[in-house]
Amino acid sequence: MPSCKYDWPAAGQRKHIGKRISRIDGPDKSSGRAKYTYDVNRPGILFAKVVGSPYAHAKVTSIDTSEAEKLPGVKVHIVQGVGTEIHWAGSEILLVAAPAEEVARDAAQRVKIDFEVLPHLVHEEDLSKVGDRGKPTAEQKTGDAAAAFSDPDAVIHEGYYGSAIIAHCCMEPHGQVVEWTPDGNLRAWESTQNVSGMPKEYADALGIPVTNVRVMTPHMGGGFGSKFGADRWGSECAKFSKAVGKPIKMMLERDLELVMAGARPPHYAKVKVAAKKDGTVTAWESDSWSTGGPTGGGIPPLPYALNDIPNVTKRHTAVATNIGPIRAWRAPNHPQAAVLTLCALDDLAAKLNMDPMDFFQKNAGLGGERADMYRQELTKAAELSDWKKLWHPRGTKIAGNVERGLGLSLHTWGGRGHNSRGTVTINPDGSVEVAAGSQDLGTGTRTVIALTAAETLGLEIKDIKVSIGDSALLPSGASGGSTTVGGVSSMTRRGAIDAREQLFAAVAPSLGVPPDQLEAVDGKIQVKGSAAKSVSWKQACAKLGMNSIKAEGKNPGPCELISSGVGGVQVADVSVDIETGLVKINKMVAVQDCGLVLDLKTAESQCYGALIMGISYALHEEKIMDNATGRMLNPNMEFYKLAGIGDIGELVVHMMTGPGYDERGVIGLGEPPVISPGAAISNAVANAIGVRIPTIPITPAKVLAALEKGGVA
Amino acid sequence: MEAFEYARPTSKEEAVKLLAGTWGETEVLAGGTDLLSLMKDYASNPKRLVSLSGIAALKGISSQPDGDLRIGATATLQELIASPIVAKQYPALVEAAHGVRSPQIQSLGTVGGDLLQRPRCWYYRGGHGLLAQHDGKSLVPDGENQYHAILGNSGPAYFVNPSSFAPILIALGAKVRVHGPSGAREVELSKFFRTPSSESEREYDLKPNEILTEILVPAPGGAKMAVYEVREKEALDWPLAAAAVVLNTSGKTVKSARVVMGHVAPIPWPSPEAEAALAGKTISESVADEAGKAAVAKATPLSKNAYKVQLARVATKRAILAAAGGA
Repeated sequence: MPSCKYDWPAAGQRKHIGKRISRIDGPDKSSGRAKYTYDVNRPGILFAKVVGSPYAHAKVTSIDTSEAEKLPGVKVHIVQGVGTEIHWAGSEILLVAAPAEEVARDAAQRVKIDFEVLPHLVHEEDLSKVGDRGKPTAEQKTGDAAAAFSDPDAVIHEGYYGSAIIAHCCMEPHGQVVEWTPDGNLRAWESTQNVSGMPKEYADALGIPVTNVRVMTPHMGGGFGSKFGADRWGSECAKFSKAVGKPIKMMLERDLELVMAGARPPHYAKVKVAAKKDGTVTAWESDSWSTGGPTGGGIPPLPYALNDIPNVTKRHTAVATNIGPIRAWRAPNHPQAAVLTLCALDDLAAKLNMDPMDFFQKNAGLGGERADMYRQELTKAAELSDWKKLWHPRGTKIAGNVERGLGLSLHTWGGRGHNSRGTVTINPDGSVEVAAGSQDLGTGTRTVIALTAAETLGLEIKDIKVSIGDSALLPSGASGGSTTVGGVSSMTRRGAIDAREQLFAAVAPSLGVPPDQLEAVDGKIQVKGSAAKSVSWKQACAKLGMNSIKAEGKNPGPCELISSGVGGVQVADVSVDIETGLVKINKMVAVQDCGLVLDLKTAESQCYGALIMGISYALHEEKIMDNATGRMLNPNMEFYKLAGIGDIGELVVHMMTGPGYDERGVIGLGEPPVISPGAAISNAVANAIGVRIPTIPITPAKVLAALEKGGVA
Repeated sequence: MEAFEYARPTSKEEAVKLLAGTWGETEVLAGGTDLLSLMKDYASNPKRLVSLSGIAALKGISSQPDGDLRIGATATLQELIASPIVAKQYPALVEAAHGVRSPQIQSLGTVGGDLLQRPRCWYYRGGHGLLAQHDGKSLVPDGENQYHAILGNSGPAYFVNPSSFAPILIALGAKVRVHGPSGAREVELSKFFRTPSSESEREYDLKPNEILTEILVPAPGGAKMAVYEVREKEALDWPLAAAAVVLNTSGKTVKSARVVMGHVAPIPWPSPEAEAALAGKTISESVADEAGKAAVAKATPLSKNAYKVQLARVATKRAILAAAGGA
């Protein structure tokens, strides 16, 4: 392989890369010094609240804000005025604002809005009841599934599977503080995954030049795919602020956050799969349906992960509902598609009397490019879960009320680094700054930028100042699709290598060697391999005189530092109380690759967080919609159930690293490990009790209902 | 929440004078873990809050000369957990307090507040009123009733009583003392809870200008006791069903039993059927199971909560077994 100017250091030469490095903003976050949008206050600020529609489908017929405006300092801004058709409960009719947040809340209660109520649909699971709201899409065909199913030697399984609608439930809700400067510039502190792209969002909505908008996100508390846009509430807040001439803060409260700021679409399917008697999967047929809210929504990628099944026929129906809009949710559509696919295949394995570990090893080739990684990861996951010892044929009755079971799932994702630009500055005093218009959603973006620069410049991580979260800086892509780490690390690496080269040029004469004979190691610039012939970093930088080095880093750029395509295998080990239907997680094993791991600790953290999120959606989470009123019944942390520390069991994470992985370069990781928990846990429960719970979340009610029809009880 | 007046009296008499004669005008504030969330949701909009935090007479946990345990209405769950007398004589009360899986609520929440907290019904909390009426009928029977009542649910109330302590306190024969304009009165806790039939009624035998002052629990006299809750989560979560059991035994034989279920009906639900199934028996898995079956024999589940019948049965069975296995 030809060497390239920009590359990653070889395995033996990494000081920081691949080590367990604590995130550099951890102390700021744990001490409260880190400032989030919520913490931003401006002189004269007003606090705004949303008055939403109480109806899921209605037309606004009148608005009376007179009682609200009697409260001190209350201002009103209409978002959807008289005559507007409303498509979901909670949809913003108007905003009220007041100098005190509690007054704004009281004012919102005093607004009177009349509606003409229209028929709504908020449930999509029973396709027979959706009427003309369901729109079938064209059938897609590969090979000849009908012929494969009619093979007399084929072993066929048919089943129904699905996953309910859930929310993103970001720790920090959506929202922004907006402020206009006297010269007509808008400044917005925004909880966003898209700092550099956000000015255009505001500019387009407000009809002002993009140059007049600056967006800042110093820290944020999670987005999971739900925070790419300014959103209607953001741009309307900016209009409101301009109209009243005061800065406005509007963060969604938890109820609205759950109602309208993010939903993962539900996906359901009737699936038919066939295999030869030796377990080789031959055919897939599915009729799937889902909703994306008012617009119908997207199609799940089926069959998932093992998508080289030779004979495939699939049909999909999109159902328009009044549940509110959906948004990308951490690996959009993949967790749902994993349930539809991996649970159906697990049931097929059970019908074949095969150990799923053997069955999926046998069929790993259907994973195309990922096949070898799946095989290695299945082997590792089997080892870490003690699969050979603990797995038993489905539904083997154990004495007592508690049945234990193991299940597995696998997944894939792209994760190629996005476009990113930034500057690496080396100052004559020795200080170093990397600056880019990126954002750290809580994933560790700051930390990987710092460690990449430190690695390249032979410094400690604490020596690097990282400035991100400001649209005034050079633009980076939105943090979606697990693209950030690849983008910012390769940008930083290229910029730091160029900056280092300039520093070598300044230092070389004093060391009496050409610049290309120098290296930056352990806080020194030295002649390669010769620590005796060196100057300290500070001495080296002093040679810059008055001039800082400012190098721009870019991704993409010359030489490939990143790639795309990861795999992962997860095993769930569960216990099911067959008298109560309660499922307890004993252990979750996640085996994951993502190319070259920059920071092992934050990489593992992504997997731990994904497992916890996955356990939550597998066992507890669902937006409960009321048929009669069309409203969400559980927009709170009381009945929108999230797993707590006692609910998650033991989590084991193993990152695949070393030869075969490292040379692929950096690949994103945020999304893939959240894909498999639903299918793995569902498969483990089926293994424990001998009967499939068709949909997640797997609640006691569903377990008991299934056990009444069969299984071990 | 709407603006309100805040009063912090230092005596029961003063507190009662500060309370209005109609519900909704004023509210009594103890730990605030329920009331403040109701106010933030505009489900309760009192004009005055009367705090009990300044009334020394409502605090504390102590043994009375007659052997009763006196729990002050504003004693916190944490005080109950930490009380040596309670731990020794009423272990099931400690278990019940641990069922509230939030250290914050254990620290602030009071025993009186636990008994008087309002239902967690999501229609009620969502602004549809205590009886969840919409266009003249309840939203519950055809709605999302997975957490609603399976007993005592002929309407118009379908919510479940949310108290963690009421079932075990009733099983122990506790009384509550109430203070009102004409002085104090005592009520058997088993008769304290009631199913409201209109929006203007509350779920307990208390007038708007009365306060709960203390809970009196008879000496257990060697009775065996336990509670069992079925919760979906280990983290803070409402039980799907719960049961409290007190067994008076002679050797291995049950002389008499008290069985009270929680989270199954608009009131804590005593089960004379389960009690009868235990009397004169030696506790075994099958005896406990029969009693569990008897406890739910008359259950009338709604469209989405048949599973709770099984959970209530299992909770009862397991509480019986736990009580029998206990000291």
